[in-house]
Amino acid sequence: MSDATSMKTPMKRVRGLGSAKTGTDHFWTQRLTAAATMLLALALVVVLASTVGKDAVAARAVLAQPLVAVLLLLFIVSGVAHMRIGMQVIIEDYVHEEGAKVIALGLNTFFSAIIAVVCLFAVLKLSFGG
Amino acid sequence: MSMAHSKPPLHRPLSPHLQIYRPALTMIMSIVHRITGAALYFGTVILAVWLMTAATSASSFALVHGFLGSWLGQLILVGYSWALLHHMFGGIRHFVWDTGRGFGAHERHLFAVLTLVGSVLSTGLIWVVVYSVR
Repeated sequence: MSDATSMKTPMKRVRGLGSAKTGTDHFWTQRLTAAATMLLALALVVVLASTVGKDAVAARAVLAQPLVAVLLLLFIVSGVAHMRIGMQVIIEDYVHEEGAKVIALGLNTFFSAIIAVVCLFAVLKLSFGG
Repeated sequence: MSMAHSKPPLHRPLSPHLQIYRPALTMIMSIVHRITGAALYFGTVILAVWLMTAATSASSFALVHGFLGSWLGQLILVGYSWALLHHMFGGIRHFVWDTGRGFGAHERHLFAVLTLVGSVLSTGLIWVVVYSVR
């Protein structure tokens, strides 16, 4: 039977949220984190570039400024979420063997979590920990 | 309606991959978008090390910060900022496509050119500013 004469509607699939059971969540998260990361990166590029010519003490002082710290924290959360689901797509595109794929997806999450926690810890310590 | 079982399997051609196509600018920009994304992914290690040493050890931060200030470090940072900006312009292109616009041959080519030119010019601009105010 052709789709034109079928009684089935796409609603059937929408209710089940597709084969991955997460619907458009991946797409939407990808776009939201893209927009957030872009705006935060534009703000931070100026700040971080300003530390290039400075000595280590002055660079640390820049990182400890409250506004810079908050922008960095937001950037880390948004950027890491974005890069994690981006790498997930790359893995799903190129790693077809089930075992290797599961391991690669797991390592992707581990790497992302480590980068996020290390960066967040460092920024918080620069602000609070002296 | 069980025709699927009565026909022998057809040996249709598999979907063509990259090596089949003549390279086009739009295709190269798409590939570069993915490559810059992956480079930015692994490059976050630099940010993590830089931030962590800044927070924990003055001597190791001076070492990392000093390396990033060397010609090799600067080269890496220029490359990293270009990757970031190229990925950003490529992402803006995707946002335009999300609205259903920009799929014509002319627009697609224009976006590819703008992504490339925009990323190179904006990277150059940032580093000219950095070097002129330092």
